[in-house]
Amino acid sequence: MLEFFKNLFAPSTSSSTAKERLRLVLMTDHISLAPEMIEQLKRDLVEVISRYVEVDLQKIDVSFEQQDHALAMLANIPIISVGRPTAEPPKPLETPSAAAPTAAMKSGGDVTPLPKRKRRRRASTAQASV
Amino acid sequence: MHEPVAQPTTEVLAAPTAPRGRAIVVTSGKGGVGKTTTTANIGHALARRGATVALVDADIGLRNLDLVLGLEQRVRYHVLDVLEEKISLDDALVRDKHSPTLCLLAAAQAREKDDVDETKMKALIDQLRERFDYVIIDSPAGIEQGFKNAVIGASEAIVVCTPEVSAVRDVDRVIGLLGNAFRPQLIVNRLRPALVKKGKMLSVEDVNAILRLPLLGVIGDEPEIIITTNRGMPIALQDEGATAAAYRAIAARIAGEDVAAPTVEVKDSFMDRLGSFFGGRR
Ligand SMILES: Nc1ncnc2c1ncn2[C@@H]1O[C@H](COP(=O)(O)OP(=O)(O)OP(=O)(O)O)[C@@H](O)[C@H]1O
Ligand SMILES: [Mg+2]
Repeated sequence: MLEFFKNLFAPSTSSSTAKERLRLVLMTDHISLAPEMIEQLKRDLVEVISRYVEVDLQKIDVSFEQQDHALAMLANIPIISVGRPTAEPPKPLETPSAAAPTAAMKSGGDVTPLPKRKRRRRASTAQASV
Repeated sequence: MHEPVAQPTTEVLAAPTAPRGRAIVVTSGKGGVGKTTTTANIGHALARRGATVALVDADIGLRNLDLVLGLEQRVRYHVLDVLEEKISLDDALVRDKHSPTLCLLAAAQAREKDDVDETKMKALIDQLRERFDYVIIDSPAGIEQGFKNAVIGASEAIVVCTPEVSAVRDVDRVIGLLGNAFRPQLIVNRLRPALVKKGKMLSVEDVNAILRLPLLGVIGDEPEIIITTNRGMPIALQDEGATAAAYRAIAARIAGEDVAAPTVEVKDSFMDRLGSFFGGRR
């Protein structure tokens, strides 16, 4: 209890400042040292977002910025088009663990989410042009 | 055990193979944190256990290990003489004055790191591993060619880190370069427990919360280390004292013994206490 109040009112120690600064700088270091990981992250991000809307692949910008006590990822992803809402809402991303039971329920149908979504979008585009 | 280091690894260095003895590189990225001091003391501590030990100074151009060991008068040839086949390995190895099973292969002073042929360096370390239980390689600071030369023949790594932000950052980088193949273990050097207690220095736990390595040992910031270095008689040669005991514990752990967790006692000096009485957290 006493410790709690002590910590509450005491100015932060230089070692805790050191710890915090190290934590942040190492995150930045690790990101700058892993350009392939960041590229993969961008690809995955685009893949997920493309399930819902059509994005401009050429203009995607992902960057990292140090904010007060955290490192923030800033993603600017221009959207080209959004399909007309249908009765069936867009299916959320299926995690590998969630995908298994779904597959069982659907009597072994193709449950890979990405191609399905593409098919639906093409269908709706066709509808619009009629 | 500890979980793998959560950071990108750029494994520029080849995975080690396994002849007889163990080749351990002592490295840190940052300069002046105590690599050479650690190498000399671990060497003596291992030799004291009866093991045969070869210490290799891979800091080409900035030779120091001979001085720390007090062997500078005995050095006549160096590692490059052997690599360039000007001299036999036997002739280049300098036997220690105090530990009969300890030998030194000195660095070349008047040469540059780029003069070293990595393939030949690896072959030389392999050759030493056939003859010694332990080959301990003192790496230069940095992560360039000199570091690569020091690491090329090693099968394991010891990273030395002081409780300072810049040292921790550099060690983090080195761990990334080493990858998991070298199973790096950590020695925290120059710890000042009284400062840690007052929140003025990173603790061993703080350092290792970031680095996440198996902790091999903790060495305090000891004036006695400077004195023993002046004399060329590494502190691990002493029978008494906490620091010598700490190096012996490190040697035991390297040898695979399950020694109690490393600690460094708090030596609250009068001035330290005075300082905290007048209250300053800084
Ligand atoms: N635990 C310690 N307590 C007090 N002094 C120490 C300690 N460890 C090392 N030193 C001192 O710090 C200085 C640097 O040590 P050392 O030469 O071993 O570092 P290094 O990492 O090998 O440096 P370099 O990167 O230049 O090769 C020396 O003067 C040494 O005596
Ligand atoms: Mg050195």
